[in-house]
Amino acid sequence: MTQLQVLLFASYADAFGSGTVTVTVPEPATSADVVTALRSLPGGSVLPAAPVLAVDRRYTRGVVPVHAGQEIALIPPVAGG
Amino acid sequence: MIRCAIVTTPIDPAALLAEVTTPATGATTLFVGTVRDVNEGRAVTGIEYSAYTAMALEEMERIAHEASSQFDGVRVAVEHRVGLLVLQEISVAIAVAHARRAPAIDAGRFIIEELKRRVPVWKQEQYVDGERAWVDPTAISVPVSVA
Repeated sequence: MTQLQVLLFASYADAFGSGTVTVTVPEPATSADVVTALRSLPGGSVLPAAPVLAVDRRYTRGVVPVHAGQEIALIPPVAGG
Repeated sequence: MIRCAIVTTPIDPAALLAEVTTPATGATTLFVGTVRDVNEGRAVTGIEYSAYTAMALEEMERIAHEASSQFDGVRVAVEHRVGLLVLQEISVAIAVAHARRAPAIDAGRFIIEELKRRVPVWKQEQYVDGERAWVDPTAISVPVSVA
């Protein structure tokens, strides 16, 4: 098992009560492991069926490997403009 | 020429226009997004914009480069503001210049549509009654009251 930090924003940060959470995931870990771990935390029920994840400031598609040292962020529905 | 920025101070659209315009550009478009007084039937007094700043900037730059490769020769300046904005304040401005009007217009449209779809910026609306709510464009709209 390893620990990863995940950045949260907007409604997700409100729901989890923080802009950063630490999750414990199996090693090697995937984005799906991160989402599963987040769901088990208080506030985790706010997450949609397929939350959008960014790694190193780029959107990911499907399940991707993740590891410590990467910038992992969960992106709520965007509403810029 | 491409310049993108996330700013915390008022956007000056005239400065963006001046920045993209050169003696070789014969057409310039300017898109300006401002805070509107009503959304989904509720009276809005202001919007608090927040961003994943590092990624928002990179995503804006990726979009501007996509526009640049799709519409060769466009000059692009994009600014998105964050923080609390009141009615009519500018939240986003996009200036695009080109020798000809079609690429300037089409690239400007492309950039605002992609920005709204992809750039990690969020808005929390503040209503007349003091309530606040995150705007979720993916949510199904439920009318507040049915006349």
